[in-house]
Amino acid sequence: MSVFIDKNTKLLIQGITGRDGSFHAKQMMEYGTQVVAGVTPGKGGQKFEGMVPIFNTVADAVKATGANTSVIYVPPPFAADAIMEAAASGIALVVCITEGVPVLDMTKVYPFVKERGVRLLGPNCPGLITPGESKVGIIPGRICLPGPVGVVSRSGTLTYEVVYQLTRAGIGQTTCVGIGGDPINGTNFIDCLEAFEKDPKTKAVAMMGEIGGTDEQEAAAFIKKHMKKPVVGFIAGQTAPPGRRMGHAGAIISGSAGTAAEKIDAFKAAGMGVAARPMDFVELIKARL
Amino acid sequence: MNLHEYQAKEILRGYGVNIPPGKVATTPAEAEAIAKEYGTAVMVKAQVHAGGRGKAGGVKFCKTPADAKEKATAILGMKIKDLTVEKVLVTVAADIGTEAYVGIIVDRATKKPVFMVSAAGGIDIEEVAATTPEKILYVPVDVRYGLPTYDAMRMGFFLYNDVKLARGAAKIMQQLFAAFMAAGCSLAEINPLVVTPAGELVAVDGKMVIDDNELDRRPEIAALRDESSEEPSEVDARNSNLTFIKLDGNVGCVVNGAGLAMATMDLVKYYGGEPANFLDIGGSSNPGKVVNALRIITADKNVKAILFNIFGGITRTDDVANGIVTATKANPLKVPIVIRLTGTNEELAMKILTENGFSASSDMDTAVQEAVKLAKGGK
Repeated sequence: MSVFIDKNTKLLIQGITGRDGSFHAKQMMEYGTQVVAGVTPGKGGQKFEGMVPIFNTVADAVKATGANTSVIYVPPPFAADAIMEAAASGIALVVCITEGVPVLDMTKVYPFVKERGVRLLGPNCPGLITPGESKVGIIPGRICLPGPVGVVSRSGTLTYEVVYQLTRAGIGQTTCVGIGGDPINGTNFIDCLEAFEKDPKTKAVAMMGEIGGTDEQEAAAFIKKHMKKPVVGFIAGQTAPPGRRMGHAGAIISGSAGTAAEKIDAFKAAGMGVAARPMDFVELIKARL
Repeated sequence: MNLHEYQAKEILRGYGVNIPPGKVATTPAEAEAIAKEYGTAVMVKAQVHAGGRGKAGGVKFCKTPADAKEKATAILGMKIKDLTVEKVLVTVAADIGTEAYVGIIVDRATKKPVFMVSAAGGIDIEEVAATTPEKILYVPVDVRYGLPTYDAMRMGFFLYNDVKLARGAAKIMQQLFAAFMAAGCSLAEINPLVVTPAGELVAVDGKMVIDDNELDRRPEIAALRDESSEEPSEVDARNSNLTFIKLDGNVGCVVNGAGLAMATMDLVKYYGGEPANFLDIGGSSNPGKVVNALRIITADKNVKAILFNIFGGITRTDDVANGIVTATKANPLKVPIVIRLTGTNEELAMKILTENGFSASSDMDTAVQEAVKLAKGGK
């Protein structure tokens, strides 16, 4: 078992012929993900790497291949439309890797996706991976190992760091999910925690948050109220100055709200393990398995 | 990106918001001439990207043109939160009856733009929110439908009992919302929205923050950026496509990815050091980015050690290694460097570094400790 994706996931890649899209399409295929279709308007009828059929529209691709998941690598000005196209064409899970999507575009896209009952992951996220089964996005496959830990994070490379530490210590993962660093994203911590709580193979959860907003505080309240499985948390940005956007559009302390200290307090109040350093996850998770 | 008050007001005027006439001056003589032209009392207001201008003495009421010249002399060149005032806005002074607050932010919880309005205007809205939250009305807007008149009227009546004022305020809110969407804002506010003793609604101050992700498709807004009011190293970094924020410490950090960059700064602090900066070289690497990153970091005289922390996913670590070699050949380093890299093409990167006399490790924790020690002058 796993969450959101597994070996039966049939993946479609929007922007498969672009620079990033084609590179990661090959990586996902090498990992064993079932890549069933690509979409690039105007290239319908061609084949990617001689084997994956390319379509002009998502609707055509879904009809011909039965794709149920889509990953988006199109440039920021076109990303909002690509998400809506996927959501309107019968895709159940849309993963948007694109960084730099204007937040006002997301205020239109979010209700569009929700009203159709579609799950959106991202934008500005590394995607997700169920080790040994399927990878959707850009998380390096070789740092992962199948096992009992669910991983959820707002960051890309920080996730890799923690997953790498866990794997080196022989602790594998059920699914690693990067929810993205933007202020408005389709899937939040609670959505993932809920899924991990239900997944029988997940025995513990590692969660990496950062400054800005209240998503982590709400997640802590959810953990306290609804979760039986242990959760270990980390907050990046303890040394970040207020009012500055720390790379991620969502990583900003506004006034006095969204600080690392207030999030760590929320974690402690929820009885979670708190990692002071990324490497502390190993011992804290080990103690809870 | 922050806009200056005069820039935000110019945009709002374009959407029909009633704003007192005003012009920008960069010298006291210009301020005097503008005041003379208006022939009435004026306000002279510092144009800097810092809050608390009034408290710092950057906003003054002037009865005569000579007074405006004198006040402008005092304000131009003054420092507000480390920023030098280079421009003042000279604007017709409004008679103030009551003051209200009207603002819009993109709210993460509702995932919508949300209006915040309060009759307790003229002061810091965060303070109102903290002490008397009942004095603020929040109204989320579905961007697909815009701000409907009934919602705008609801806010108008929250501020004013008089139907004429409520209607006038509702109209201003719809104008503000149109400007918010058109300029690609993450925040827009009118504070205060004044009712004059004669019963006229006037926007006396305006503020806009633009979502940086909107700038590529809005060149006319991007052109409003005032680089003179920013940290020069941050301007240099942005023009090199790097995300950089200058801090006060002495460990210069070069990292890929925002989350790992923050975690690296935190770990520097954990081991008793102080980060000199936040720097994210981004996902897709090329050696040129590393060269630019090193130039910007070594220009900071406070930096006593440089720490690279690279986890190669999309980023190829051999690109980073080549960047380090190229940059240091052109400009030999005067401070020690600690390199941690792991991930994509790690073996190749290690080979490049070793052949060029650098050592590198694959462990983040030990690399950070080493950099902190070196920054403190240790061996």
